Amino acid sequence: MKFLSHRRRKPWVATALLAMALLVVGGGYAAVSSTAPAEAAMGSQTQVEEGKRLFLEGCSSCHGLEAQGSMNGPSLIGVGAASVHFQVATGRMPMSAPGAQAPAKEVIYTEDEIAAMSAWVASLAPGPAIPTAEQLDFADADVAEGGVLFRINCAQCHQAAGGGGALTDGKYAPSLMNATPQEIYEAMLTGPQNMPIFSDETLPVAEKQQILAYIDALQQAPSPGGLSLGRLGPVVEGLFMWTAVFAALIAAAVWIGIKAR
Amino acid sequence: MSTTTPANTGAHPVEQVGGQAATFVDQRLGSNRFLKRNLSKVFPEHWSFMLGEIALYSFIVVLLTGTYLTLFYKPSMAEVIYNGSYVPLQGIYMSEAYASTLNISFDIRGGLLIRQMHHWSALIFVAAVAVHMFRVFFTGAFRKPREFNWIVGVALTTLALAAGFTGYSLPDDLLSGTGLQIIRGILQAIPLIGTWLAFFVFGGEYPGGDIISRLYSAHILLVPGLILALVTVHLIMVWTQKHTQFPGPGRTNNNVVGYSLLPIYMAKAGGFFFIVFGIIALLSGLVNINPVWIFGPYTPDQVTAGTQPDWYIGWLDGALRLMPNLETVLLGYTISWNILIPGVIIPGILFTGLALYPFLEAWATGDKREHHLLDRPRNAPVRTGIGVMAIVFYGILWMAGGNDLVATAFDLSINAISRTLQVLLIVAPPLAFIITKRTCLSLQRRDRDKLLHGYESGRVLRLPHGEFIEVHQALNEKELAVISSKPDHPVLPAPQKADIDGVRNPNYRKDMLRHKVSAFFYGDNIPKPSAAEIEAGQHHAEEQAAIEAPLHEYEERDVIYNAHGGVLHHPGMPKTNAEQAAEQESRT
Repeated sequence: MKFLSHRRRKPWVATALLAMALLVVGGGYAAVSSTAPAEAAMGSQTQVEEGKRLFLEGCSSCHGLEAQGSMNGPSLIGVGAASVHFQVATGRMPMSAPGAQAPAKEVIYTEDEIAAMSAWVASLAPGPAIPTAEQLDFADADVAEGGVLFRINCAQCHQAAGGGGALTDGKYAPSLMNATPQEIYEAMLTGPQNMPIFSDETLPVAEKQQILAYIDALQQAPSPGGLSLGRLGPVVEGLFMWTAVFAALIAAAVWIGIKAR
Repeated sequence: MSTTTPANTGAHPVEQVGGQAATFVDQRLGSNRFLKRNLSKVFPEHWSFMLGEIALYSFIVVLLTGTYLTLFYKPSMAEVIYNGSYVPLQGIYMSEAYASTLNISFDIRGGLLIRQMHHWSALIFVAAVAVHMFRVFFTGAFRKPREFNWIVGVALTTLALAAGFTGYSLPDDLLSGTGLQIIRGILQAIPLIGTWLAFFVFGGEYPGGDIISRLYSAHILLVPGLILALVTVHLIMVWTQKHTQFPGPGRTNNNVVGYSLLPIYMAKAGGFFFIVFGIIALLSGLVNINPVWIFGPYTPDQVTAGTQPDWYIGWLDGALRLMPNLETVLLGYTISWNILIPGVIIPGILFTGLALYPFLEAWATGDKREHHLLDRPRNAPVRTGIGVMAIVFYGILWMAGGNDLVATAFDLSINAISRTLQVLLIVAPPLAFIITKRTCLSLQRRDRDKLLHGYESGRVLRLPHGEFIEVHQALNEKELAVISSKPDHPVLPAPQKADIDGVRNPNYRKDMLRHKVSAFFYGDNIPKPSAAEIEAGQHHAEEQAAIEAPLHEYEERDVIYNAHGGVLHHPGMPKTNAEQAAEQESRT
């Protein structure tokens, strides 16, 4: 210990300590934070090549030959495999026509083809990977906590019942009633269309799983009060009352009135 | 009336017992005279007179189900942890109000059914009030001497809205809480006192700890108490002033043609109550309304998309959504016209105008007579036009209140919808007024033609000299009475600026305005034909009938018979279906 005690008052010690502290804190933070998104699932070389071929065929007219983007479509460098999978596996990409937002429609690629394209885009630059089965396993997640998180983070666009809602200028938050856990997870990771990105820093994996569990509960929920009318709220209830119910009441009144003659 | 026991020994045993009971009560209360007079009171008959009954009966359902709900609902904003049987909310903090609503929905026997009955019947109640009011408006039933009852009705409408809104917020779920936030915004927009008013209502900063219990006392005590009191006044006035009736044979301004209360109307009204009750119960058992458990508990930091109020408040929400963003800063204070106009000024003007309308119309038309015979809507084109204008105005605003739903349902841009509705809100109501008025006037012309020439029978005759005529036939007694009931409203004469002696008319400007308004109301009306014109017209119909008479003789002799290829019937052919069937059977 003589070695240290002799030198602890030297002028360079403070600088060295500061550098050491910075190294420990910064290195530690980097070790904790950079684990998740950077690990891009690297497919086999043939898969990547197949992906590139498919990309050039179906996507490059808008996204550019090197996925660098163009006037008609954004760059795909660094968007990650999750983004490709979400957009293509829900039929949103390729878009059938330019519009306010790409609607979900019939899927035109097979799972293998989508995986190939994802692998190629992932090989360009690191980005969010397709969630693993482990990440998507919400069996043990707390549904009620998920409900709170859903109402805080999702309900203002997707509506408390998950039925979707309108955004400005023809854009919209789609209904979640038919979305799979993987799609929802990928959407949270990559923030497609107008959706913000909920990275693992803002919404840890455990909380994402809770939200998955809550949306699953919403999808499975029976309607204990009878016909649900799409859970679209009071406007639909009012319309139903006026058209179906009030018509029946007036018909009854007319019937009783006619009996007079 | 009678103080002696009836010695009617020949009566049926039931009648005897009934008579004895009536006598027993009468000897103590003197009630027979009252009952005899009132139970035989005559009411006119028309289906549209039962719209008010729908309102009354659905209100009774609201009261009954509401009483059940008060047994289990806790009007408290105290935070509790939910431990009931609805899994997706277990372990979550929420207000006691929301927790007890969940308990009513999931853990109280029959609770969800009663809750849904309460909500559905509330929607139906307000709808029935509105439709009843439009019936009264379109038929002119608000005219003298019933103006006060109209005002009572307007007050009842306002109270119905208040009852609905206070109840809507009680479950304290995310949907209704967002609505409450809007109400707070409207309160705050009131100049000078707004901020303090909001503090006062909510008991401090939003959401405070008082609003639920305050809404509760208003919802179960104040508002329904006032509604009950005013409904009583409303019905007593109908009773003492007698019900109006539609024109028809034998119906005049001085009589009431219809059936007596007992037994006809007792049976009809009682039966109709059960129909209304049954429809509400069926609906509530089959169709879900306001699934509060889906929306989650209210906290001010959360908002859900697709927030709309119930239909009767929806137009105010729509007005808020359509209003352009206008603000004035005056001496350092902001006046939020964007909230003040749609949230306070427009409803204020509408309801004041509604209450005063009978007096406005009476002033404009100079009509001071009593009216017990209803107007046909076509005979008051301007009034009918105003009513339709109001319905269109409401419809556009309600649609604006659901503009986000329209956008997602039809894949449209919400901005485009709002802009379109902003334009429509200004253009469509006047257009609706003009179309309605012109339609009414056309119907009046048709009525005039019918009075003059009878109705078009659809039969075209070719006369011997080659002319084609369509045969007109005389109206039947009922239609004649209905059509000729049209009152002629002379337009108030234009005032003179000065009389013959040159003395200036001090009321000139007022009278001129009145003349113009009167001309606006009735200037375009088609005058009823005079008695001489009608007689000439009837003569015409008789002439045509005489021309046609030989044909009718032929028709009466032979029967047109489809089974024989639609040719005229000839003697020897089977005349009835049974004969024809028998004939066909004998052939096979």
